[in-house]
Amino acid sequence: MNDSEILVMGAVAYDPKVVTIWEGFKAYFYQNGLNFDYVLYSNYERQVEDHLAGRFHVAWNSPLAWIRAERLAGSTGQKVEAVVMRDTDCDLTSLIVVKSDSGIGDVSDLKGKTVAVGAIDSPQATLIPLSYLRSHGLIPGVDFEVQYYDLLGGKHGDHIGGEREAARALIAGRADAACMIDGNHLLFLSEGTFKPQTTRVLAQTETFDHCNFTVTESAPQRLVERFRQLLLEMSYDDAAVRPLLDLEGLKEWRTGRTESYRALETAVDEFGFYDNDGNITASNYRY
Amino acid sequence: MTMTEISQPQIIDIKDLSFEQGAHLLIKKHLSELPVGGKLGISGHARELAIHLRGWCRTQGHEILFGTNGLDSVNLNQTTNSPFVAWIVRGKASTGRWKDAERAGAPDFREPNAIAERPPSKWGLAARGAKIEAGAPEFYFGLDSKTDVWAENVPRLYAQAAAAQWNPNTAIDWETPFELPVEIETAVVQVMTYLIENETAALLVPARFLAQIHPHFREVMQLLAIQVADEARHIEVFTRRATFRGHELGLSTVGGQTSLKTLFEEPDFTLSSFLLSVLGEGTFLNLLWFLEEHAPDPITRRGAQLAAQDEARHVAFGMGHLQYQISLDPTVRERLAAAVRRRFDALSQTTGLNEEVFDSLVILAAKEWTPEAISEGFGKVQKLKNEMHQSRTARLQKLGFSAKEAENLSSLHTKNFM
Repeated sequence: MNDSEILVMGAVAYDPKVVTIWEGFKAYFYQNGLNFDYVLYSNYERQVEDHLAGRFHVAWNSPLAWIRAERLAGSTGQKVEAVVMRDTDCDLTSLIVVKSDSGIGDVSDLKGKTVAVGAIDSPQATLIPLSYLRSHGLIPGVDFEVQYYDLLGGKHGDHIGGEREAARALIAGRADAACMIDGNHLLFLSEGTFKPQTTRVLAQTETFDHCNFTVTESAPQRLVERFRQLLLEMSYDDAAVRPLLDLEGLKEWRTGRTESYRALETAVDEFGFYDNDGNITASNYRY
Repeated sequence: MTMTEISQPQIIDIKDLSFEQGAHLLIKKHLSELPVGGKLGISGHARELAIHLRGWCRTQGHEILFGTNGLDSVNLNQTTNSPFVAWIVRGKASTGRWKDAERAGAPDFREPNAIAERPPSKWGLAARGAKIEAGAPEFYFGLDSKTDVWAENVPRLYAQAAAAQWNPNTAIDWETPFELPVEIETAVVQVMTYLIENETAALLVPARFLAQIHPHFREVMQLLAIQVADEARHIEVFTRRATFRGHELGLSTVGGQTSLKTLFEEPDFTLSSFLLSVLGEGTFLNLLWFLEEHAPDPITRRGAQLAAQDEARHVAFGMGHLQYQISLDPTVRERLAAAVRRRFDALSQTTGLNEEVFDSLVILAAKEWTPEAISEGFGKVQKLKNEMHQSRTARLQKLGFSAKEAENLSSLHTKNFM
């Protein structure tokens, strides 16, 4: 097989199931006439750098990785495109949760308090909610203390562990508030991390989007088109692909969109996470 | 909860029910009554309803529309008392999951097509009669055809077996006083030691097949499970009796274990049923009846009686299974006959029943050390062996063997009884 006929994707191994997922997709693509392979990275930063360096064609990017890819591309006159995303990547919100009996009734009441967040690079559990608080007049680290649960750096918060630790810190009284994605609030309730009626949602951010498949201009267009087409054709009705969709957490693929990454871009700039050229400028970021 | 249908769309008021209290159940129920693409309005005043509704819809593949567009077609005052939260547009995932699902027969074996001749491996562990989602993982069950395992009397035998379970602690009066001379007690202990070894084979052989049977043949699986439990009880009772007076257990011989090993290693379920249940346990029935009648103490007699009731069911299943197989394919008889001959050849260099067991049977039947009693005991054991041969021959004839063939095959059965 000629390498130029193979579409190669990069993905981050944030969990062992990632291998199962992409092996399944590889088989699906192969059965449908698209030669496909994947490489796994331990962190999004190296993945984005290698992607822009042309070492593979498509990146399964976190929203933060998308922003870095866009900036890195822009710095060298290239462009990137978000081709496909999951239905479950669209219109997410983050929550700031407090204990019901905390007496915290308004965001401004968090002044002087401790707010537990997820990994330093988590869009949903750290960057976006902290930016939200800033937009409401509270400067992180100045007006309130930020307590990081910085698990698995470089994975951009894909791993739920940081959010769960932040939630536990709230319950244990180590923090006055905890940040998390909306769906995890219900999950923490159903799994018992939060007991019913003991927590209250203090604030909810505007909607934002999550992951996407990113391609560079140099990616082989014919293969990318076939890739896009095969993803969009995957149907939850089809028993052969349904387990893959379940594993990856979606019901259908949608055409990529980028307008809902603005809140995260704002956060990235506010916290100096990347500069405009996509260089990492966050000082305490380990991955 | 109230619901009003003025026309499409519908709105439900879930009042103060939250997602942490099961709100999704009501919403799911009403969505299931709508076509894909249909709209359901949600009203409610649980504190985080809107937040959880958004997350839930996302994971379920439903679209959620916040805002009051469309509400003008519904008079809210007439429909709900709670504030309006959002519209849900039913997604297709909830129906897609059950596309191509199939019904795995029916739970009642008497219904037409209840039991498949060869259930697919992807039906796996699902209850017979369940609706099985397409794409289920495939299981490997070596015994996956009805011909391999079924017997017409299985459901009846299972019901009988379930009803006839007994508790070794209470079914036997362990307090009944009795005294035996030490030599008689030693003979009982030796027979018990032999029974435990044989019952262990009778437990492990069906247990090995149990996990290979497609669970679609539920009644067979259940019956074998009870058979295994029966043998577990027998082992308990015989062990308790053997150690009742604090004696060491008796002897286990090479010949006895070699004979049982040929049973243990038989890989074919039908042949194993034949050798173990029909010939082995069939022969054991005579032995247990013998002990019920002639054992020198009430505990041994009662234990043998209870075990014999169970063994009779095991024999009945073996017979039923073989009769079912033979009715479909009469040449099975040739395989059965060959299996007996093969086992006979394999055991031709062994001595058969160990001398200690034979002598012990004579002693416990004699009950005392006088020439007359020993002679009588010896006669009883000779009679037992003859009865065993007659019973085996009768069962073989019931399976369609001629009188001569049956006589011949019975005489080739292991001298170790099981």
